[in-house]
Amino acid sequence: MKCLVTGGNVKVLGKAVHSLSRIGDELYLEPLEDGLSLRTVNSSRSAYACFLFAPLFFQQYQAATPGQDPLRCKILMKSFLSVFRSLAMLEKTVEKCCISLSGRSSRLVVQLHCRYGVRKTHNLSFQDCESLQAVFDPALCPHVLRAPARVLGEAVLPFPPALAEVTLGIGRGRRVILRSYQEEEADSTAKAMVTEMSIGEEDFQQLQAQEGVAITFCLKEFRGLLSFAESANLSLSVYFDAPGRPAIFAIEDTLLDGHFVLATLSEPDPHSQDLRSSELQRPAPQLQAHSTPHLDDFAADDIDSYMIAMETTVGSEASRALPSDSLSPGLQALCSPGPDSEEEEDDTEPSTVPGTPPPKKFRSLFFGSILAPTHSPQGPSPVLAEDSEGEG
Amino acid sequence: MPLLTQQIPDESDYSLVASLDNVRNLSTILKAIHFREHATCFATKNGIKVTVENAKCVQANAFIQAGIFQEFTVQEESVTFRINLTVLLDCLSIFGSSPVPGTLTALRMCYQGYGYPLMLFLEEGGVVTVCKINTQEPEETLDFDFCSTNVINKIILQSEGLREAFSELDMTSEVLQITMSPDKPYFRLSTFGNAGSSHLDYPKDSDLMESFHCNQTQVNRYKISLLKPSTKALVLSCKVSIRTDNRGFLSLQYMIRNEDGQICFVEYYCCPDEEVPESES
Repeated sequence: MKCLVTGGNVKVLGKAVHSLSRIGDELYLEPLEDGLSLRTVNSSRSAYACFLFAPLFFQQYQAATPGQDPLRCKILMKSFLSVFRSLAMLEKTVEKCCISLSGRSSRLVVQLHCRYGVRKTHNLSFQDCESLQAVFDPALCPHVLRAPARVLGEAVLPFPPALAEVTLGIGRGRRVILRSYQEEEADSTAKAMVTEMSIGEEDFQQLQAQEGVAITFCLKEFRGLLSFAESANLSLSVYFDAPGRPAIFAIEDTLLDGHFVLATLSEPDPHSQDLRSSELQRPAPQLQAHSTPHLDDFAADDIDSYMIAMETTVGSEASRALPSDSLSPGLQALCSPGPDSEEEEDDTEPSTVPGTPPPKKFRSLFFGSILAPTHSPQGPSPVLAEDSEGEG
Repeated sequence: MPLLTQQIPDESDYSLVASLDNVRNLSTILKAIHFREHATCFATKNGIKVTVENAKCVQANAFIQAGIFQEFTVQEESVTFRINLTVLLDCLSIFGSSPVPGTLTALRMCYQGYGYPLMLFLEEGGVVTVCKINTQEPEETLDFDFCSTNVINKIILQSEGLREAFSELDMTSEVLQITMSPDKPYFRLSTFGNAGSSHLDYPKDSDLMESFHCNQTQVNRYKISLLKPSTKALVLSCKVSIRTDNRGFLSLQYMIRNEDGQICFVEYYCCPDEEVPESES
């Protein structure tokens, strides 16, 4: 594989790497006939992101050495990011960037041609890997929002940087509402502030969702894609379904497209479902997932530490590279809500054990963990593997 | 303690007196070598040299020539003392380290001699602060015996070209390898870190290259942890001269222009790491 990026596109590439770095620790680089794909998935497999740069994005693009199969590789995000670390420098000094991958040297070579004839060559070690591919289809999501990235970017700006999740929903008068997600029972006064932004329908290029629908997802990853889309001046589409099922955030351009698939919080409490239907007149409360009232014990815990819960089956498999075929069933469940036997078992655990983290739960995108829409919400399941915020 | 009652000595009792209208002309340059707690100061009639060393492998010298000072007198042939550089810098920036437009901190520095404290009188806006910093027994400093007649390769670069390179050095690499050669790659900085290797090449005809005199290909490795502190000098400087001698010793000379447009020099010497293994180059 060999490709050459010139001029402003070097910065675009760098920006994409920066936004991918908010998600995963490893970068999957795969040269395809229809462009260079950069993908990543987070460690709990609740977020997946991919960028595809079309051959036209490059000055020169060759997916594979003629007569050979294209190579793909997995590298540490940190080491690839270090090449593009300073975006200001990329813009100011880098004239072109050449990325090449050859099996012979088993190195991914990134060469930056800078001002004054200075040339930086990074020989990065990589691992062979299977293709990383999440199966998702925006067309199957009943709800769609589309707006210039700037509109959404400005809307998330007021949220505190430490805020983990945000709820996006449609409120009264078809206004789109973004609201900071509150951990239930947040008894401490420190968590007392709720930020809510409301955007009129007219700011959206497309708004296909009825009043009352809402999803809650991680803000950090969303911000990553937003900052990329804003700098490229693109529109961002959000495709989503019921809470608990993945939401797809997409940007498209003639030269590149990007898709972020983020798990959304499943609503654990039937009570909150009631609220949704009965209180359509009051958009604010319906956007907040309500809690079971008796979970006092964890109030002092670090909220982020149990942010993403995983099932045991996921925990054991998530640690190794995923063969592409094993990735599909989970997300196919999106379109064909079949019986999730494994998951039923996990979910029918007896409810609240004292000291158990709350039922808030992001589902892994990959392993049969997508709630079927008919699936009645169950009690909280114990967290078996925690995701810690610190590794990002 | 007789310090409070003792008589203010006459000017002639001091072995060193120096005064400066803008203390930042001194403090900035001392910051460029501030990578260890202690420094040794040598004063002669030509000025002051402040030396900091680490691990018997690296030495940094800041030269503040007499002309930088408004008043500079040395009574003896040379005056030597060791001082806590951190404390000295704290005192020099006692009125704040970031410049306030329109205000200058003036300094008068006096040293009576062996065993006496270094006296600093700092004045800003009519407020005077008096600092006494105890001096210490001077230690012998390393002699790198870096002689210009033994220099094999010499390059002068505009600092801007190295600044970014040094700030982005892959610190997971133990060494920085410097290649200087009359042929390609001319001047190359390489690191060998966890993620792989990186090379940074400067062509000899680059606009950043002020002068290029390389006679023989030399590949030497230096501990990156020892060279990293020189970034402090690099960011302040406008030009840097990079020289290596026949033993592979490295000399980095930084030309620093102070706020009044005067030129000062900071110099780093570093000895090379063990022999370069044949396999990696």
